Amino acid sequence: MIKGKPASVEVRLPSRLGYEKVAMSTAAAVAKLMGFKEERVEDLKTAVAEACINAIEHGNLLNEGLSVGVVLSTADDSLEVKVIDDGKGLGKMPTKPDIDRKIHGEEDPRGMGMFLIQALVDEAEWVKGVNGKSSYVRLVIRLDKEDLD
Amino acid sequence: MQTDTKARVDQLTSPAGHPVAVLRFEGDIASTSKEAVLGTYQGLPKQTNKLVLLDFTKVDYINSSGIALVIQMLIEASNSGQKVYAFGLSPHFTKVFTMVGITKYAGLFPGQAEAMAAL
Repeated sequence: MIKGKPASVEVRLPSRLGYEKVAMSTAAAVAKLMGFKEERVEDLKTAVAEACINAIEHGNLLNEGLSVGVVLSTADDSLEVKVIDDGKGLGKMPTKPDIDRKIHGEEDPRGMGMFLIQALVDEAEWVKGVNGKSSYVRLVIRLDKEDLD
Repeated sequence: MQTDTKARVDQLTSPAGHPVAVLRFEGDIASTSKEAVLGTYQGLPKQTNKLVLLDFTKVDYINSSGIALVIQMLIEASNSGQKVYAFGLSPHFTKVFTMVGITKYAGLFPGQAEAMAAL
């Protein structure tokens, strides 16, 4: 486990599906350096991937001329990840997905991403950018007390 | 960047004597996997393939678009009177499938042997 001053890592992704895996790998590497358990690293990878996919698809509308920024900031007991795009930000939070409604054709089979993000990290907030640009989602995972000495 | 999804079908018989179509996936399960996931499933005659078993042993990345494809398959299976099961998911994706409710419509097993023994 690496301890010391807070650190920041930044990655810039093209708005092309598949590149979310670069952010996943980077987030996983930082989380492992901080001493997160494997289970939490896997949770973070999925949350970061879904945040990047949303930024690529819905924020930047798959415009490859725009990039997605991923900023990872470490603290003593937590890791914050901001995923920034050039969209207007989230209008309203979607309702929690309902598998029964999906199976019965009453709800779109898609639309699991934001639910997964919220379920897998300790904190998630969606922030609208000023002037309808640079909106971001902010994710936080915290180290368990037993991981801290 | 996304790994192509490969899929193949093995026709097996369970210890109880039931025919089981095993769909074996390899690579990522994402938005680009529609043909591999849904296309392969839709290629199975529904009258003779009442038990469908999904093998995720060689899959290490599934995102929400991939989960949506699995749900679309479950919708079709439900409408066709088929039962779907799965094995080989990592502990993380077992948790994710449980969180989104897929386990209500597709039984999960650790491995092929456990799945076949139950079918």
